[in-house]
Amino acid sequence: MFPLREDLLRVAPEAAWCLAGTLLMLLEPFWKKLRYASPALALLGAALGTAATAYPARIGGTAFHGLFSADGFSVFFHLLVGGVVFLVMLASTSFLAREHLPAGEFYALMLFAAAGMSVLAGAQEMLTAFIGLEMSSIASYILAGYRRDSPFSSESAMKYFLLGSFATAFFLYGIALIYGATGTTLLPRMHMETGGILLKLGLALLFVGLAFKVAAAPFQVWTPDVYEGAPMPVTALLSAGPKAAAFAFFLRISLTVTAAYDFWFWAIWIVAALTMFVGNLGALAQTNVKRMLAYSSIAHAGYILVAFAARSEMGMAAVLYYLLAYALMKVGAFTLVGSLSGAGECCLDLTDFAGLGQRQPYAAGALSLCLLSLLGLPVTAGFLGKFYIFRAALDAHLVWLAVLMAVNSVVGAYYYLRVIVVMYMRESRPGAAVMVVPAAVRVVLFVSVAGILYFGLFPNRVMAFVSNPGLLSR
Amino acid sequence: MAGHFLSVIVFLPAVGALALLLLRGEDRLWIRRLALVVSAAEFLLSLLLVRAVPIGSAAYHLEERHRWIVSPPITYHLGVDGLSLFLVILTTFLTPLCVLASWKGITTRVREFFVMLLVLETGVIGVFLSLDLFLFFLFWEVMLLPMYFLIGVWGHERRIYAALKFVLYTMTGSILMLVGILWLYTLSGAAVDGGTFDLPVIQRLLQLGQAGGGITLGQHTEWLLFGAFFLAFAIKVPLFPLHTWLPDAHVEAPTAGSVILAGVLLKMGTYGMMRFCLPLFPHASRRFAPWIAVLAIIGIIYGALVAMVQPNLKKLVAYSSVSHLGFIVLGIFAFHPVSEVGAIYQMLNHGVSTGALFLLVGMLYERRHTFEISEFGGLATPMPRLAAFFLLVALSSLGLPMLNGFVGEFLILLGTYQHHWRWAAWAASGVILSAVYLLWACQRVFFGGISNEKNRRLPDITGREKVILAAIAVVILWMGVGSVMFTRRFEASAGNVLQQMEPARYYEATAPAARPNAFPAALRGPRIPPEGAANR
Repeated sequence: MFPLREDLLRVAPEAAWCLAGTLLMLLEPFWKKLRYASPALALLGAALGTAATAYPARIGGTAFHGLFSADGFSVFFHLLVGGVVFLVMLASTSFLAREHLPAGEFYALMLFAAAGMSVLAGAQEMLTAFIGLEMSSIASYILAGYRRDSPFSSESAMKYFLLGSFATAFFLYGIALIYGATGTTLLPRMHMETGGILLKLGLALLFVGLAFKVAAAPFQVWTPDVYEGAPMPVTALLSAGPKAAAFAFFLRISLTVTAAYDFWFWAIWIVAALTMFVGNLGALAQTNVKRMLAYSSIAHAGYILVAFAARSEMGMAAVLYYLLAYALMKVGAFTLVGSLSGAGECCLDLTDFAGLGQRQPYAAGALSLCLLSLLGLPVTAGFLGKFYIFRAALDAHLVWLAVLMAVNSVVGAYYYLRVIVVMYMRESRPGAAVMVVPAAVRVVLFVSVAGILYFGLFPNRVMAFVSNPGLLSR
Repeated sequence: MAGHFLSVIVFLPAVGALALLLLRGEDRLWIRRLALVVSAAEFLLSLLLVRAVPIGSAAYHLEERHRWIVSPPITYHLGVDGLSLFLVILTTFLTPLCVLASWKGITTRVREFFVMLLVLETGVIGVFLSLDLFLFFLFWEVMLLPMYFLIGVWGHERRIYAALKFVLYTMTGSILMLVGILWLYTLSGAAVDGGTFDLPVIQRLLQLGQAGGGITLGQHTEWLLFGAFFLAFAIKVPLFPLHTWLPDAHVEAPTAGSVILAGVLLKMGTYGMMRFCLPLFPHASRRFAPWIAVLAIIGIIYGALVAMVQPNLKKLVAYSSVSHLGFIVLGIFAFHPVSEVGAIYQMLNHGVSTGALFLLVGMLYERRHTFEISEFGGLATPMPRLAAFFLLVALSSLGLPMLNGFVGEFLILLGTYQHHWRWAAWAASGVILSAVYLLWACQRVFFGGISNEKNRRLPDITGREKVILAAIAVVILWMGVGSVMFTRRFEASAGNVLQQMEPARYYEATAPAARPNAFPAALRGPRIPPEGAANR
């Protein structure tokens, strides 16, 4: 009954992350005095886990009788999630010290979340996906409320928990109905021909659950409040990690069970258009930079859904490339805004950024680059991401959706540029302090800025990897 | 270097900008000097391009083609032909003048200013030299950012509003153009395995048509694609109802920004029309030409009338651009080889003359810190030289014979008249109106008695300004008298634009001399090589 050695190696990253998290929880009480012990162990665990992706990459195939797939697709998301978690943890070392928050559980929860997201991305069976989803969600609920003394943080956790539970319930009902209709929860064995109304209802519920998780309109209402209230590194994680993992599972179902994809097509079309408009129009009205970035992540979910609607290999490649670019820009933007916001995240208003270009030219430059990439200006990864989405959409003859996306890109330009306007074209407020950007945050920024430029100029390798037709085993 | 000459031309300013950024020290003099040296070197280097484009050749020269992105197949493809040749030189000519003009006027964040100016130069030259649609779009977008900063950081009171308006207008057009580019790429997949973004290849495919192994666009597809491209260019030009960003951007921009904006950036729109709209979508171009011509004529007259009543000198010059650019668009959409040549020539003239007007207005501003015409009056008494130069430039702008503006306007009107005499008649009224507003402005600013005591002791032009104005005066006279030296380099390209609007087989069956749109021999001037060498 003991699992095969290969099967264990196929989940080596998840195992490493969970092990590191558990060790952290156990050891933390004993080394309270040692300041660097927890972050060191956490970072080591994250790095080892990410490196352990080499095992599933080499072995391939499915683990545990087809529950979990170790194909190129899941390898991509393991690397993405591992990288994001590593960067966010690196950035949170200084954040936790600044906010006087306990470190041990924080890192442990992040590692558990990473494991959960990876399970979700690799799951080839619906209950496994559910377990992954819950692992990452529960860890994120706690992380969102990690600043217990801040009412915003508690509000954020509460909202996230309640609405997240609803979403999970939808997801679970969907699974139950689909199981009832098809007699299996294994994606490759699912045949949609026989299912009647039961199956359609199940698919609809599943779609709602996933739309909640990727923050697509009209299921996005929780996003701005949760992102705004959560501690900044957690916001960075939430916007890049769980969303990517949920998209991964969404993509896997869609491409494995093509009948579901066809069933969802119009829903995806409408939700994509709606999400873009809700996100961008909402962001227009914001004066708080963190909240503005939260709305912008809704808009970006909409862009990704446009590529989804293309229903092609090209669309899948576009989604994967965009998720990579998106993770780089969001992690960069949120961590930098986090360290510029000062103790207690007090200074997040647009006016606090006035004159930043002169006060802190490097920080302003890095933030500008992240924003320009989010806006989609050429030479950045964000532009190529949008470009690939446009290509996939036009290739699938979704001309109107592409035009709507174009219109939205212009609306988006307004609020991203507004931040740049404030940073470079307005004078500093009297008494505006220079916020120290700690070395760890600088490393994170360097990685994201370098990544944005590198993938923006030389996308060939990534694109060759993600457009490989055998990426996703079916 | 020979194989990468165009890359050097494109990226030399960017390298200069990088050097400026990395250079330590706050010595403003050296920052300015370095910027001047880089831009002057760029100008001299770009002059070598003239020799690379033989007279009578419509082909692309000094081509560089490297694979860049594998999927979709995007190439780094540069090339120069008669159409882009002088636009590049115009850019490199105006940039050092802008550096000189900003010598004293820019006192805050000097380093960043020149960095932006040089990055802008790279972007603009890249637009003119790209032969890959993706690469073209890349430069087109990248160039927005430095312009945005130039207006927004170093502009006048309402700079932020103007900068945002400029970017959002342009972006609306360009993002739709991106969709158009991608659509065209997708369609090209029917003829070329994997599709292509390469402009000459796409041109060839469209010319061959589906029957010849290329692609044929359906009527509505062609209309939509034409619309996507044309809108982006029309906003940039700007064509009449889309012009509202221009007065704001021009008035609020610093002098150098206005010069580059009026001198070069607007030309990117008309260049785009000639390079993309006409050859790629000939049927749609023909179909919509009357409407576009009407808009252009409205722009000519409306721009002139509004310029006439402006109390603000810089705004007057800005509206005169709307009027003059109307001429260029009219010339392009008259589809006559003479009017096409005139349009290209007028692009250069407008760049020089309006650029010079903005430089002169900037010099007045440096002395009096106002653009209000009512604040001036009788300025010829304290500064006769500046007044003389201003008059010369104004005369060139309104099209006095022997000066550059005349040649361009004349060729446009002549060509347009051949096909549509009514268009030409209406447009000709713009010539009269431009004389009215420019001479009237000269009179109110420079002549008459000194009405304002502040104006009595204004210093005349300095040595630095003399250099700028002398360079411009030489070019104005040279382009006015020796116009053939310029036109003969691009008349083949202008004819080629029209030729590409015809299906390929038609032309291959016709002898070169019998082509209906060949440039009339009477207008060629004496030093043209014999028939047959032209148009090849």
